[in-house]
This record gives sequence, C-alpha cells and structure tokens, in this order.
Amino acid sequence: MFGVGRDDWDAGDPLYPAARDDFGVPGYGFAPQGPSGPVNGDPRLHDPGQRGGAEEAATLVRPYAVTGGRTKPRYQLQIEAMVAASHYEARDLSVLSPECQAILNFCRDWRSVAEISAVLRMPLGVARVLIADMAMEGLVRVHQIDHAEGRPDINLLERVLSGLRKL
Amino acid sequence: MTSVKIVVAGGFGVGKTTFVGSVSEITPLTTEAVMTTASTGVDDLSHTPDKTTTTVAMDFGRVTLDAGLILYLFGTPGQHRFWFMWDDLIQGAIGAVVLVDTRRLADSFPAVDYFESAGLPFIVAVNGFHGDFPHALQDVQEALSISPRIPIMQCDARGRNSTKATLISLVEHAMAMQLSTR
Repeated sequence: MFGVGRDDWDAGDPLYPAARDDFGVPGYGFAPQGPSGPVNGDPRLHDPGQRGGAEEAATLVRPYAVTGGRTKPRYQLQIEAMVAASHYEARDLSVLSPECQAILNFCRDWRSVAEISAVLRMPLGVARVLIADMAMEGLVRVHQIDHAEGRPDINLLERVLSGLRKL
Repeated sequence: MTSVKIVVAGGFGVGKTTFVGSVSEITPLTTEAVMTTASTGVDDLSHTPDKTTTTVAMDFGRVTLDAGLILYLFGTPGQHRFWFMWDDLIQGAIGAVVLVDTRRLADSFPAVDYFESAGLPFIVAVNGFHGDFPHALQDVQEALSISPRIPIMQCDARGRNSTKATLISLVEHAMAMQLSTR
C-alpha cells in the first residue's frame, strides 16, 4: 500500500538518479507484511482515495513507530514545502535512523515534502514529523512561503504565469 | 527555492492523474495519508469505538517554472469524505482546477461547493473524452450552478498544451480575484 509508484520513479527518471541505491535500506519501507502482497500496484489504473479497509488496519501503529508515536510535527509543514540537506561538516550521520538518513540522501537537491513521502514510501504524516524534527536539529533546511494573506501574492502569481507561458 | 501548488479535483476516473501527468516533468508520484475514523454504531455503548483506517492517495506532478520556482500539481479525490485532507491541501494553494466529466456531473458538486465556501480561486475544466463535448459550456455552468465569474472551459487532459492553457486560466483568474478584492 505504501509502495505504489516506486517502479515508476525508478524507471530512469532523471530527477531521481540512482534512487534505488540510495534508499534501498534493508528492511526499510512501510509496506504491509502479508500474504496479499502489494495492492494497487499501478496507481495509474486506480483512482486515488479508493483504498482502505481492514488491510490497512493492521498497519495503523507501524508507520508512526519511527516517530516515537508522535503524529503531530513540531511545526507546520506544507505539503509542497521544499527541503534540502544542510551542509553539515563531518557530522556522524550513522547515529541517525535509517529513515532520516534516507531523507538526507534524497534531499541533496531541493525536494518537496510530498516527494519525500512518495519516493521514500512514508505516509505523509510520518514524513512531516521526521522532517520537522530534522529541521529543528539543523539537519535540513526548509523553504516554505509564509502566506500571510493565505494565498500567494500577486508578484509570485505573475512569476508562475510567466513560467507557465514559457513551458 | 520557492514552491507553489495547484489542486486538481474531480470525481472518480475523470482524468486527474492524466491531467497532472500531461504537464509534469516526472511521472506522477503518489503520496499517501492514513486517515483514522472512529466509527460509532448507534448502539455502541463502549468507550472504545472501532477504529477504521483509510489510506487516501494523492497523485502529484512537478513542473519547474524557473530556476527557483517549482509548481506542484496535486490530484485529489472529490468525495466529501476526503475533505479532511483538503483543508490541509488548499492552504497556500494558488487555486484549484475542478475537472468535470459531463456524463457524471454530480461527481464534481462536492469540489465546487468546497472551493466556493473556502474562498479558493477555482475554474471548471470539462474534460472532453476523445474530443467529445456533448454539452455546451453554458449548460454545464447552469447545471453546476456556479457564478458566471467562474471561468469554465473545455480541455483535453491528455494534451500538454490544453493542460497548460487550463493552468494559465486558473492563475489569471486567481490574479483577477486578488486584484478585485483590493
């Protein structure tokens, strides 16, 4: 269930080079262990949001085990917030959990919270808790717009418009 | 590095992921949220209601607009029961595209209602399957009972240029809305 799409991004996608080597932490991932195997193998064949039921119930506890049971991030992270690994100096990263190491590896370039969740196969809520923790510890930098008025301002919209027109 | 997002909403099988994929520089990815709902039966007197979980998946794509600006497009299921995710999703969003299949118009009612009440700029894009648009846009507008100020257009979710044009319309509409409220 949490593993859908992996073969898609791995198929020579230039944005995620050598992704499998980087994130192939043994035993890593949140896929349910069961005889049923992966469900909804190809997300394009299914409409999102139609999954659910008893199968997920067994995995309810497990995703949040890596956050120490916390489901609320230490600060609010938008789904499109951009995350990049900090330029750390000779820091011993082996003390970090495999999940945090995977996030650091993946975020050598700027990636969104959504991408981290999807590519590293973490439920969104779990990714948010971990990333917020890592940001507080200075392991990653986070860029997100503080939408004072709730929406992107007119200058940003101009920029979006001009970018879209050039596509 | 700045990122912005646009929400693509619509009913089952209306072509949200196709729409996102037609302009995305990556094959659409899927992120999942685990939702827990306490289901309490009418006669349930215990204090430990059964909890059921549903996994809600959102497909999304990514478009680099300039060296420091990335647009994310999130396709999201349109049913009421996913509104808990929308509150989160529309925060800071530029706006939304409601994809409509005229054969199943009612599927788009919840999204239209939601975005209207949330004050989120949105446009309606009628996805023509195989270039087939059996209904006039004005009829669709009336059937959805949306204000004439809400842009409504035809699109082909498979076509990059069509998707681009739809997104441009949305951003222009969002700008017009901001300017009109000043």
